Amino acid sequence: MAAKKNTLSFEESLARLDEIVRHLEKGDLPLSESLAIFEEGTALITACSKMLDEAEQKVVKLKKGADRSPVELDFEDEN
Amino acid sequence: MEQALTVTELNNVIRDLLEGEPLLSRVCVRGELSNYKIYPSGHHYFTLKDSESSLRCVMFKSSASKLRFRPESGMGVTAWGRVAVYPRDGAYQLYCTQLMPEGTGDLQVAFEQLKARLEEEGLFDASHKKPLPVMPKRIAIITSPAGAAVHDMIRILGRRWPMAKLLVMPVRVQGTEAPPEIAGAIRYANEFDVADLIITGRGGGSIEDLWAFNDERVARAIYASRIPVISAVGHEPDVTIADYVADRRASTPSNAAEIAVPDCREISDTLNAYSIRASQAMRKKLATLGERLESVKNKRVLSTPTAQLDLRRMELDHLRAQLCAAQERQLAASRERFVRLTAALDAMSPLHVLTRGYAIAADADGRCIRSVSALKPGDPLRLRFADGRADCRVENTQRSVADGREEEYAEL
Repeated sequence: MAAKKNTLSFEESLARLDEIVRHLEKGDLPLSESLAIFEEGTALITACSKMLDEAEQKVVKLKKGADRSPVELDFEDEN
Repeated sequence: MEQALTVTELNNVIRDLLEGEPLLSRVCVRGELSNYKIYPSGHHYFTLKDSESSLRCVMFKSSASKLRFRPESGMGVTAWGRVAVYPRDGAYQLYCTQLMPEGTGDLQVAFEQLKARLEEEGLFDASHKKPLPVMPKRIAIITSPAGAAVHDMIRILGRRWPMAKLLVMPVRVQGTEAPPEIAGAIRYANEFDVADLIITGRGGGSIEDLWAFNDERVARAIYASRIPVISAVGHEPDVTIADYVADRRASTPSNAAEIAVPDCREISDTLNAYSIRASQAMRKKLATLGERLESVKNKRVLSTPTAQLDLRRMELDHLRAQLCAAQERQLAASRERFVRLTAALDAMSPLHVLTRGYAIAADADGRCIRSVSALKPGDPLRLRFADGRADCRVENTQRSVADGREEEYAEL
């Protein structure tokens, strides 16, 4: 998992987007704040779309290592 | 001569013999029910028979209450229990603990028994079921790494939600090793927190093939799992104990893959919808603000800054004119009043009165006499006329009667 710190997960991004769109649709924020969250929303949509478009499925085989901790092996290799 | 035994002693010997025989402590016998009776105590009494022989049976209330069908005389059944002697009658009988209608296999019986037990223990309780993650990031697939099932799941999960990382935890899914391997993998996944969702299952097969998922160890491992578990065993009609315990039952492994993750195409649509809604909301906001700006811009104070000044100037002119007019009016009124007062003054002048024929009566000192009572005969009286005076003397006085008519005035 190459997740960067302080970035929202996909699910959190969707939740935040939902919040942003509701705020914008309510229309009661000052222009500067509306613009700020609009930009934030646009960035989230871009990021999420990118994640969706570029996602490549990762499949590994999980085995118990010598010290009992999990070890990931290439799944296709053993087939 | 051998010593005679008492009946009780003999029956006890027979009892010990029977009860010492392991085969009789757990028997399974097939036959037809006859003379089936349920006593008020809740115990069931019946006879099992075939064409040549019969066997007395009793099923105590505790076992009978778990029956999942209604036994009737004439019904073909399989019965389980132990054979023992009932010393009072000197008869042996089957102490039956389980009855299944004929045609039910051994495994089915075991299944029903385990299911009833675990259900009673609360392992299937809906309140214990955990919600599945909406967008799992890591999915542990506990199944055979070789079967079609795992490949179906990988394919469908990849098509729907490629962002989820799949961790295949290879286990055997049939045979005696299968249950401890499956249960062990579930416990291991929890111990090392390897995933946020577990799918365990296998493709279709006979009831024997699917048997590992009816194992109590697997059921308990699923129940104890902190990570939500989807069971995906066999085909649609196959329902295993694992299915009852799992947080979610999928009808097939492919169905599990569909349940486990959202479809990225739908999420993509959702993102597009958010994008459109946000843009529309923003456009609307800007339009509203634009309108407000326009209405403010059109106010005269902004469009013609000198307008206010002109207006003030006009007001000033108007006021000035009003002031002049007022002044004029006041002057005219004063003038008029002056004329009126002059005329009044003139009218009130005694001299003016005298010209009309009146005279003023005064005493010798010139003091005006206003009443006849101020006079007595012989008093001097000075009359003043408009053009001079006459000195007179009072001859007589007489007060006028009530109305004071002229002819009754005193004579001079």
